[in-house]
Amino acid sequence: MIHQFETVIIGSGGAGLYAALEASKNSNTAVLSKLYPIRSHTGAAQGGISAALGNVEEDKPEWHAFDTVKGGDYLVDQKAASILAEEAIQAVYDLENRGLPFNRTPEGRIDQRRFGGHTRNFGEGPVRRACYAADRTGHMILQTLYQQCIKNEVSFFDEFQVVDLILEGTKCSGVVVVELATGKLHIFSAKAVLFATGGFGRMFKITSNAYANSGDGPAVCARRGIPLEDMEFFQFHPTGIKGLGILISEAVRGEGGILRNRDGERFMEEYSPTLLDLAPRDIVARSMLTEVRNGMGIRGDRQIDDYLHLDATHLGKDTLMKKLPDISEFCKTYLGIDPADDPIPVLPTAHYAMGGIPTDEHGRVILDNKGTIVDGLYAAGECACVSVHGANRLGTNSLLDLVVFGRRAGKHIAQYAKGADGVKVDESAADEARQWIEQITDGSEGPHGGHITDEMQTTMMEKVGIYRNEKEMQEAVDEIQDLRNRYRDVRVQDTSSTFNTDLLEIIELGNLLDLSLLTAASALDRKESRGAHSREDYPERDDDNFLKHSLAYLEEDTVRLDYKDVDTSIWEPKPRTY
Amino acid sequence: MNIIVKVQRYNPETDDKPYFQEFTVEVDPNERLLDALMKVKRFQDGSLGFRKSCAHGVCGSDAMRINGKDGLACKTLVKEVVEKDGDTVTVEPLRFMPVQRDLIVDQSEFFEKYRSIKPYVINDEEVEEGERLQSQEERMVFDDTTNCILCASCYSACPVLEENSDFIGPAAIAQAFRFLADSRDLGFKERLKILDAPDGVWPCQNHFQCTKSCPRSILITKRINSIKKMLNNQKKQQES
Ligand SMILES: Cc1cc2nc3c(=O)[nH]c(=O)nc-3n(C[C@H](O)[C@H](O)[C@H](O)COP(=O)(O)OP(=O)(O)OC[C@H]3O[C@@H](n4cnc5c(N)ncnc54)[C@H](O)[C@@H]3O)c2cc1C
Ligand code: SF4
Ligand code: FES
Repeated sequence: MIHQFETVIIGSGGAGLYAALEASKNSNTAVLSKLYPIRSHTGAAQGGISAALGNVEEDKPEWHAFDTVKGGDYLVDQKAASILAEEAIQAVYDLENRGLPFNRTPEGRIDQRRFGGHTRNFGEGPVRRACYAADRTGHMILQTLYQQCIKNEVSFFDEFQVVDLILEGTKCSGVVVVELATGKLHIFSAKAVLFATGGFGRMFKITSNAYANSGDGPAVCARRGIPLEDMEFFQFHPTGIKGLGILISEAVRGEGGILRNRDGERFMEEYSPTLLDLAPRDIVARSMLTEVRNGMGIRGDRQIDDYLHLDATHLGKDTLMKKLPDISEFCKTYLGIDPADDPIPVLPTAHYAMGGIPTDEHGRVILDNKGTIVDGLYAAGECACVSVHGANRLGTNSLLDLVVFGRRAGKHIAQYAKGADGVKVDESAADEARQWIEQITDGSEGPHGGHITDEMQTTMMEKVGIYRNEKEMQEAVDEIQDLRNRYRDVRVQDTSSTFNTDLLEIIELGNLLDLSLLTAASALDRKESRGAHSREDYPERDDDNFLKHSLAYLEEDTVRLDYKDVDTSIWEPKPRTY
Repeated sequence: MNIIVKVQRYNPETDDKPYFQEFTVEVDPNERLLDALMKVKRFQDGSLGFRKSCAHGVCGSDAMRINGKDGLACKTLVKEVVEKDGDTVTVEPLRFMPVQRDLIVDQSEFFEKYRSIKPYVINDEEVEEGERLQSQEERMVFDDTTNCILCASCYSACPVLEENSDFIGPAAIAQAFRFLADSRDLGFKERLKILDAPDGVWPCQNHFQCTKSCPRSILITKRINSIKKMLNNQKKQQES
């Protein structure tokens, strides 16, 4: 079945919904989402959204932009970072005006708190920049935007999962979609398509990401010849609940929480004398692993799963209740402890994809290092790479990225879709997807996805994790290739059409395998340490050879790497100390 | 340890009516019930249908009836249910919504009712300065209700819906309170029609089952009663 729209938005997290609100003002828009919109993982975001409002102390967008660039280890495109910081202020006011219930200062203004890597006056000390609604900021953003979509009667196709992209040369004309309820294949033809499909932390064994975070958008694009940018940069958040990976927001440290080793020492004093526990995440995560490797973890056995303590006992019940209620509840539910009484056992957890589909500042997808635009194709949010996060994202900058660049993409689309010529698509556009689905559901014998998933996640966690080296990454590439070969014969156990979640999960696994390969191959090729990419065999940053974005092309069974320049037009790269 | 997960199965393509199927699963007592279901799906029977996403109680996907009580599979630890009810765990789909497949139910009506209360801040006045001001006290009045993840546990738990399927249900009313009690909202009149109707707030008989089932600790019954009070006050004012 072919549906005709001017604009199709894929994904209903913060980025997709914001874009939908803008695009639907001017163009006939459909939002497709494999989850009910309010189930999107934006709802899991906890700590805050940054903007230099200066409500509690002096702050400036310029400082915010600089922190973003430095936090990203100078791999950030600086003009994009300035746009992010400048438009942040209006973006947060807009959310407030649309009903978002921020926590308030005694004067009734939006309250702000500290977060890692956000500083006053170019690094002098921490600044209160994160606007927040308890520790449910993402939940409130998602709810508020969804409420606005209800008010504005945006059309949704819930539980529609995109499986392919329709491209003719450098022009996009729609997507191929499976409807969960019926198993039917649909074609959505559109002049403009926006991917806002979120992250892909499910490549890794221990992650803060939802099951749905399988990187469908980037994977579909990669298979259609679009490169993925900076895939080697994947953020491990320092504080996941040991063993489970459930996130304990940086806001705990923002409110004064302290990381301690087995002797109760505040070990960050050694690694980051100025920002201490509020150093950027890559630095804190590495420091934690170093402590564990030195036998200073809580058990002290130097094992990879040894852990550390996040001490919030001194914050007091009142602060915990008013500012960190969900965190307190996670601790009670999953650990049986109250953070007011006991320290929280934590370990880094795979958290955020800095890399993704390359775009310009309007969300338009870029095909190569010459800046060739794919007409009608857009991306925003975590699946995209503008790039404002460079080699390491600062906390609270992702929610901001969603609203700033989701909005910009939506606005650009509204204009583009009015001017652009109509597109023509016929049923054959779904042929490839149809053949693949027929094959995996044909009822014959083949491996099921469970073991392949397990092995992929273990390989990525152990060999393309926080510390990396040539040998292990090469092994990872080989192992992932091997899994991709096994995946070719995969079969689902569920052969019915109605609500076949088995089928959709197997398709997601294929996406994660492709992204794992691109990540491992990009990481192998970057022979330096920068931000979240730290190599034991190349421990230094190497600006002469690697101050550049990677572009990884998936070509049949190999990955071809190319590179493009970083915009360093405002601040000259400097050594990164905190 | 091993537990038996006894799941209500139903596939409209092949089954006339629902039936139960048992799976033996090896789990750590500290694991979530969702982990046990995932093990079934990944390693025993890929055709088991249920929704899930965040796996830590914030997205509302995996509400179901667990040993007859409504709640989230990802917020229920295996040891909790086993301690209380023994090592067979019965899981069924939520009530009052048509079953589409196994544990998957059709939530359209639930969302329809939610949308009917106009769940957004209604206020068209221009904002002069960047932000609208709101005091800390004003903000805290409706704090608990902002937690709602629309999981529909409360809806399935509500005894009133057993008899009156048109009742708009606890979640929609709690969300109406979320906005009515927000100092920035001016939508009382617009929502009155829906709330003051025979299937609006009035059918609630304070069974408290919604409040007990809510995985986000929302004081639903209390909020429903507050709205009843608002409506009564409004009537008194009109009369005088
Ligand atoms: C636990 C946690 C806490 C966080 N806290 C913070 C924080 O405090 N501050 C901050 O700035 N950032 C935070 N982040 C990061 C931030 O929340 C995410 O990066 C961001 O929410 C991603 O939003 P998104 O709109 O890009 O994608 P998502 O919200 O993940 O939405 C993706 C959407 O795409 C849809 N989709 C996916 N694939 C398909 C497909 N094939 N077909 C159709 N639809 C599809 C999904 O249904 C969903 O609607 C946090 C992240 C996590 C995991
Ligand atoms: S009120 Fe509670 S139980 Fe009801 S839908 Fe909201 S979160 Fe779920
Ligand atoms: S899976 Fe999100 S609430 Fe359980």
